Amino acid sequence: MKLHLWRRYRFAASHRLHSEQLGEEENRRVYGKCNNPYGHGHNYVVEVAVSGPVDPSTGMIANLSDLDTFVESEVIEPFDHKYLNEEIAEFRENVPTTENICIEIFNRLRRFPRARLERVRVEETGLNSFEYAGEPAGATHER
Amino acid sequence: MVYLTRKIEFSASHLYHNPAFSAEENRRVFGKCNNPHGHGHNYVLEVTVAGEPDPATGMVLDLKELKEILQREVTDRMDHRFLNYEVPELAGQIPTCENIAAVIWRLLEPKITRGHLNRVRLYETPDLFVDCYGEGNGASGRAGGAR
Repeated sequence: MKLHLWRRYRFAASHRLHSEQLGEEENRRVYGKCNNPYGHGHNYVVEVAVSGPVDPSTGMIANLSDLDTFVESEVIEPFDHKYLNEEIAEFRENVPTTENICIEIFNRLRRFPRARLERVRVEETGLNSFEYAGEPAGATHER
Repeated sequence: MVYLTRKIEFSASHLYHNPAFSAEENRRVFGKCNNPHGHGHNYVLEVTVAGEPDPATGMVLDLKELKEILQREVTDRMDHRFLNYEVPELAGQIPTCENIAAVIWRLLEPKITRGHLNRVRLYETPDLFVDCYGEGNGASGRAGGAR
């Protein structure tokens, strides 16, 4: 039986969309108000799907307390109430769009030892969301 | 291929307890879900059926028919029940979201005679839910399309 266990988490953080590869004028044009030099923030929602065999002795794919502890230490604690551009090393070079945040969270969570990471979905606001399920076998993701 | 989703809600109680574990181990593994008196949830079930619309009706499956199947197979069985003791399909299993979703898949799959069952999504709370795709390979569900 193919099952995905989904868990929903939240963090609040600020960011600024600004690319070093673009000029000032171009940054303003591409990112609009998200390019405001002082940054701005969102209440992000992160949904994490894992899969694996259901342990008959517990009825579980993974114990939620193990998943919660892992997501808390890998993502929520480092991201919550932070300025992503400065305080998450990966976003010193990559623009912290929700696309890139989604990929970064996936890469951090794929090390979860107790189940297979299937998919990460991130809501930047209630009106937009992004999903990432890793790259197909053999493909590499350009950062 | 069109995917049609119908949502229902049911409320039920359960507890997690494995008689093969010691009392201490049950508390450690299941935490507050091991409370012997049980506890309850408002479950939300989303059932997705995939298929091609019938040219004569424009429907993949008559929603009224799906509603009746869900009433008979899920609501009548599980709503306002203690899942451990009152749902024979769950006997001998820990009634986790994973196991309940799999039971619901097995109950519904043979009853869907137009299109085919693509996904069962069961929310135990808004922050915890399970997707079941049956025995098919991968998240796209069973190969072969509509029956």
